[in-house]
Amino acid sequence: MPVTATDLERAEIRKGWALALPALLWTLFFFVVPFGYMAALSFWTREGRRIVATWTLDNYIAFFEKAHLFKGLVVSLEITAVVTVISVLIAYPLAWIIAEKVPRRWQRFALVMAVLPFWTSYVVRSYSWLLVLSEGGVVNQALMALGLIGEPLELSANRIGTIIGFVHFFVMLLTLTIYANLIQLSPNYRRAAADLGANAFQTFWHIVLPLTLPGIMVGAFLTFVLCIGDYITPQILGGNNELALPQVIMLQLGRRADFPMAAALSIVLMAIVTLAYLACARWLRMERA
Amino acid sequence: MRHLANLLAALYAGLVYLFIFLPVAMLVLFSFQDGGLPVPPLNGLTLRWYEAILADRKLMAALSNSLLVAVFSSAVACLLGFLAAYALARYRLPASALLRGLIVAPMTVSTLIIGLGLLSVLNAAGLRLSLATIGIGHVVINLPLCFAVIYASMGAHQVNIERAARDLGANDWQVMVLVTAPMLMPSILAAFFLSVTFSWDEFIVAFLLSRFDVTLPIEIWNLLRSGLDPKTNAIGSIVFLISVACLVVLELTVLRRTGKSP
Amino acid sequence: MTADLSIRNLARDFGAFRALDNVSLDIAASEFIVLLGPSGCGKTTLLSILGGFLAPSSGSVLIGGRDVTRLPPARRPTTTMFQDYALFPHMTVQDNVAFGLRMRGIAKPERRDKANSFLELVGLRDAWAKKPHELSGGQRQRVALARALAVDPDVLLLDEPLGALDLKLRRQMQDELKAIQKRVGTTFIHVTHDQEEAMAIADRIVVMNRGRIEDVGTPAEIYRRPRSLFSAGFMGEANFVPATVKEIRGSEAEVDTALGPLVLPLSAFATEPRGAGQKVTLCIRPEHLRLQPEDGAAALGQARVVTSAFFGTHHRCRLESRSGTELIAHLPQQAEVAAGRGLELWLARDQVVALAPG
Repeated sequence: MPVTATDLERAEIRKGWALALPALLWTLFFFVVPFGYMAALSFWTREGRRIVATWTLDNYIAFFEKAHLFKGLVVSLEITAVVTVISVLIAYPLAWIIAEKVPRRWQRFALVMAVLPFWTSYVVRSYSWLLVLSEGGVVNQALMALGLIGEPLELSANRIGTIIGFVHFFVMLLTLTIYANLIQLSPNYRRAAADLGANAFQTFWHIVLPLTLPGIMVGAFLTFVLCIGDYITPQILGGNNELALPQVIMLQLGRRADFPMAAALSIVLMAIVTLAYLACARWLRMERA
Repeated sequence: MRHLANLLAALYAGLVYLFIFLPVAMLVLFSFQDGGLPVPPLNGLTLRWYEAILADRKLMAALSNSLLVAVFSSAVACLLGFLAAYALARYRLPASALLRGLIVAPMTVSTLIIGLGLLSVLNAAGLRLSLATIGIGHVVINLPLCFAVIYASMGAHQVNIERAARDLGANDWQVMVLVTAPMLMPSILAAFFLSVTFSWDEFIVAFLLSRFDVTLPIEIWNLLRSGLDPKTNAIGSIVFLISVACLVVLELTVLRRTGKSP
Repeated sequence: MTADLSIRNLARDFGAFRALDNVSLDIAASEFIVLLGPSGCGKTTLLSILGGFLAPSSGSVLIGGRDVTRLPPARRPTTTMFQDYALFPHMTVQDNVAFGLRMRGIAKPERRDKANSFLELVGLRDAWAKKPHELSGGQRQRVALARALAVDPDVLLLDEPLGALDLKLRRQMQDELKAIQKRVGTTFIHVTHDQEEAMAIADRIVVMNRGRIEDVGTPAEIYRRPRSLFSAGFMGEANFVPATVKEIRGSEAEVDTALGPLVLPLSAFATEPRGAGQKVTLCIRPEHLRLQPEDGAAALGQARVVTSAFFGTHHRCRLESRSGTELIAHLPQQAEVAAGRGLELWLARDQVVALAPG
């Protein structure tokens, strides 16, 4: 019996589905369903160890009313904003120096060196900062030995420690992304600017900076998302006086086993990230126009 | 004027590099601390912390667990990612943009939330937590990346090579296994190594989805509860060294052979 | 504005590789010069040195009598039009063209007007608000031209600007470039590997090969009286026939060739023949072979057509001479040139050039 064109087409499509199905099913069962369940949980409550599946906004209301919950978001936003700005300001010049001043043959090496500590475990990296910033740590001891301070500074177990820990990580990440962005820039742009009379600063200000701004924006967004959702660094370096949102979420789980509350706070976290994404996407689209 | 600018640049770079290396340098240096606290002054050098690490059964078990979970979950993520990338790049499936978006979606969600979601579901279903559940979570995290990397490397120019293979008589499986996969090996390997790196170091999902058998980051986390201890320095230094060694090996073999540059 | 340019003994090495070898050239103001040669011949290196993007290993460059060898691009009276145009993607067309003026501190309304006048010159006045990615290749190229001219350079350097365009657009742009150059009067130095392009636009062509200048002259001079084998072969098709000088008689010389003995005027020799026994290579262009005896033509005897292809205005034929020498000939449109056919061949003696053997 002759095989028609549509028979072949249908067989092809079936083959395609067969290949794509494993990944799709995995994503469905282990991501979409849990996510949906968690979203539903956020509207439920618990009684003791059981989950009561009555639909209510109690968790969200509690978030806005209870200071210690809401504060988590405020703390996270403040820290993340500071970390993003400082990290970009430190990383851009470094990336620029590697891309412009370092001879081409050594650039890759310089970049790898700038990023090497990336390869320590994230937990270990934060622990290392605890070491360095503690009362008896190398920073305090060096400052005291130099006679610059009389008593050790409180650099860990507080917001300063958290910020330093974050900035360390994101300076490395941003150096990588900004460098990639810088070297993509056709050298002819700079030559044309120089040819038309621009000095080094003018070339940077009018040409290089505007053209790398989208890349910076993407890097800053990445920093924002990773920073606001991180549990480890504030937990190790932040001390007990204030908690970031991820820590508040984990707290709901720990002693209280309050899954619905943890779910609600997670949805809030997601909402913030989504808002940031929309703002960033809008800005990028306007840049392009 | 130019020399002054270069001097300032060198100074700035130097300071930033110092900032970047300070914690790691202290970590490694004080792993040899002959004393109780891994802070200055450095009393003397000793290897006893490294010995303690190697003798610590729990740590060693956690290390091998990490390796196991990393390799297996990355292999699964790569396999699923490759098949899905092949399907969506070579076959015309309905709503393919939507399907692609679905597979990549987990990348946009914080790992804390992914872990929490899985934990809630597992609890509700009454299932036990184990290394396997960690693995499942890691596949969820790494699958989008594997898919994206491999999909991006499936270009139109390879279609003709596959057509030539079909023309010469190969069936679909043979084309995929004997032609496409080897052609895409650099991307597949890159995806695999990236996934192993993420999984090896991943904390929050592993923390939420484990019970008794834990991975290395969790065991290190437990060590942290006992405060500043040179033993933690030692295991941290070992982890760092292993990662750097892998990076060097990767740089010399895979990247050299394919002539790629970062 | 415009100025003359003087290149004195320029050399440039890249490690052990000599990209430019003792190049000297004088260019008059308002000339349209084309640097022509195959890739690797050094033409782009020369252009980069003239623009200030590359420093020479030795030698000097003078523009308008002033030594500019050590000056950076910003301070030279030159601007460059890059091969990929290098238009600033985040600026409008008008801002792109006005950029050089802005760098010179010219106030906004003034530079806007000046930019618009140059956009008018290249026919893109209405596109002033567009961004580069909204323009076609040909339009981008014109904006690049306007931008380079807006700062009134003495010399405009063009780096293979027409390479990315298709044939029809290329021909159109060649005409426009020529017209614009005549209007503004700036000295243009244009790099290309396409000898047809060179002949279409150049006042003078500079043929380069392996870092040296092979030949300089108007298109007609270089085509009709090439000074080297390379130059002859690069400018168009040529049959190279080895010959030996037999005797010099007054204003003529007799040479022995594979096609038989020939008597050539002394003017045919690129360098004055020294005497009997001297070896030369004759450059016989396909159009110099005739089927009819014309005044002064030398008889070459019978030849056989091996293959032939019709090119509209002529037949391009592969011929085998009586003595077995293969010749490429362009024969008239109406001629009968079927393969295998025998023809009587004549040579326009006064067009032949005798060059030093390579």
